[in-house]
Amino acid sequence: MRTFWGVRQGYIQSVTNRASEVDTASRDISSPTGGRRAIVQIQGVSKLFEDSAAVNNLSLDIYEGEFFSLLGPSGCGKTTTLRMLGGFEEPTTGRILLGGKDVTYLAPYHRDVNTVFQSYALFPHLNIFENVAFGLRRRHVSKDDVARRVSEILEIVDLPGFEKRRASQLSGGQQQRVALARALINEPTLLLLDEPMSALDAKLRHQMQIELKRIQTQVGITFLYVTHDQEEAMTMSDRLAVMRHGVIEGIGSPKDIYDSPTTEFVATFLGASNLLAGEVASSDATTTVVRVAGGTTVSLPTERLPKGLDGTSVKVGVRPEKISIVPSTSDVGARNTLRGRVLVSTFTGVGNQYIVELANDTRITVYAQNIGSDVAPRSGEEAILAWPVEHTFAVVPMEGASRDAESES
Amino acid sequence: MEQPVLADHPGGLARRRSSVWGKRLAPYLLSLPAGLWLLLLFVIPLFMMLSMSLKTCSPASGVCTMTWSWGELPHVVNLYHQQFVTSLEFAAIATLVDLVISYPIAYWIAFYGGRKKNFFLIMLLVPFFVSFVIRTLVWQFILSDNGFFIGFLQHHHIVSQNFHVLGTGAAVIAGLAYNYLPFTALPLYVALERIDRRVLDAAYDLYANRRTAFMKVIMPLSIPGVFAAFLLTFIPAFGDYVNQEILGGTANTMIGTVIQDLFLVTSDYAGGASLSIVLLLISLVGIWFYARVLGSRSIEEYL
Repeated sequence: MRTFWGVRQGYIQSVTNRASEVDTASRDISSPTGGRRAIVQIQGVSKLFEDSAAVNNLSLDIYEGEFFSLLGPSGCGKTTTLRMLGGFEEPTTGRILLGGKDVTYLAPYHRDVNTVFQSYALFPHLNIFENVAFGLRRRHVSKDDVARRVSEILEIVDLPGFEKRRASQLSGGQQQRVALARALINEPTLLLLDEPMSALDAKLRHQMQIELKRIQTQVGITFLYVTHDQEEAMTMSDRLAVMRHGVIEGIGSPKDIYDSPTTEFVATFLGASNLLAGEVASSDATTTVVRVAGGTTVSLPTERLPKGLDGTSVKVGVRPEKISIVPSTSDVGARNTLRGRVLVSTFTGVGNQYIVELANDTRITVYAQNIGSDVAPRSGEEAILAWPVEHTFAVVPMEGASRDAESES
Repeated sequence: MEQPVLADHPGGLARRRSSVWGKRLAPYLLSLPAGLWLLLLFVIPLFMMLSMSLKTCSPASGVCTMTWSWGELPHVVNLYHQQFVTSLEFAAIATLVDLVISYPIAYWIAFYGGRKKNFFLIMLLVPFFVSFVIRTLVWQFILSDNGFFIGFLQHHHIVSQNFHVLGTGAAVIAGLAYNYLPFTALPLYVALERIDRRVLDAAYDLYANRRTAFMKVIMPLSIPGVFAAFLLTFIPAFGDYVNQEILGGTANTMIGTVIQDLFLVTSDYAGGASLSIVLLLISLVGIWFYARVLGSRSIEEYL
């Protein structure tokens, strides 16, 4: 499996027997997901804390070698999910399988899972070498191997020669690399990362995102990354799940989830969305027409209709950057159009951001790239908005969803 | 040079000057009470004791004259080295007993005390609100030959009829261990309490089971507390004379008792002062060693 990813270098190829067993085992599996093996299976897991569910009947598969993110506001249950995978909390109900083996009630020290903690939690009484070697020592790896592997992993996280230092002598970014090295050196089946960048400043965080993605590609270990930062999750993840109130609201690749959010919460938490409340007016196999307030109709592909749609009321949505401001309705073709008046126009360097007010007081955000387009209306001017039908999505309207997203993000 | 300024704003400059002086003097003024306290009750007595140890005293009249005789120090060490050894032994055993008893208590309160941590700590300290001497006298009562404890054991033939504890070294060690227990338990509690629980999670995460996590993480992180507890218990126990006086016999005298006798019974002030100096030096060596190994900063944190 790990060779399937084709990106692993010398470090992991010098792996122990355990990993080569995994290699052979996983090659035998031919599944419809293109040889992808679910390394983590969370099956109907709930976690109650004093009668309130932190995680509510959660089911989730994470595939081998992928960078998976759990994204959500604080209190959404993402950290509880991570702690149950790490063995620090026991689920109230449900099962957790790791590499096909039931680990639901297994102690953390018996799991092939390692964690990068939010606060790094480095051992203050040990130097960097002993911190990184801690896991190998517990597994009675020979002295020479420990020394070799520690220097290899410190090379990978770009901290060569730091062996003799103390954790307190390192900067936040360096401590984080040590925490990463300390977990990665054990070559776990799954690596958990609990908001590891929350203590770093914005610039360093951006560097570390790229760095972390590089390291993950290099070592090929499955990463489960927990964060409340949607940009972070989108930048690094192969797939991500958006959580709210203990349940997964949306799951998929960053592009899928961004382009076709399935709930109002996902649409507003992950990036910005313009949402218009309306009623389904007509629907055939390819196109659905929704009548929005003000009498205008908006079309969208029928496949984009949310599955759990109950009745006819929906919210249709479009991302700000998908909308263009056009000079007249004559040349829009098969696009959705709306008329309004520009309320605010701001130049942000890379583009223009407009807030356009429709006749019924609904406000639409439009984002136009700074590529010299001819129509650039000023505040107060009339504007015609147009966007392709295929960039329209629909979500089930939900009480309080947008409020949550605003207060948490 | 400042004449014109003074003429213009006579009051202003004076006020400014006095505020500058106030700022400079404030730290000294604030430390004055403590400084006087140290001077009167520590520095002066220390030098009096030093000079006393250099005098020669006439046992008959009790009059001491300064003779600059440095010989008194080695002389008393030589004369009372057996009592030094006994004190060292008793204090060391009592401290060890305290560490063994306190560590689980402190560990339990720090890790499992939950919201009632302070309550448990107070419960640990309540007996020590009673006067030191009274507590020791109660131990005399408990350990007396026909008291309820020994009497009970004798009655049920668990021990022989002529078994006794009072007047032996064991009674003194028991008294010392009891009286100095809080000095061990509190620093241990402080050390264990401040261990970051997430570090413990990290140890479990890195394949350390509960035993290994304790041995490799909790234990090493609590070592400064163990050292502080050791010093805080051992030093006062080493110089203690109350427990020996009340619970001990005549056979195994501790150095504190000797010093007391030299001052109050035989009026050998020079000898008593010399022994006190030796005691002080031993304590200082202990603190110096602690500071060398763990840094002086961590002493402040636990004392």
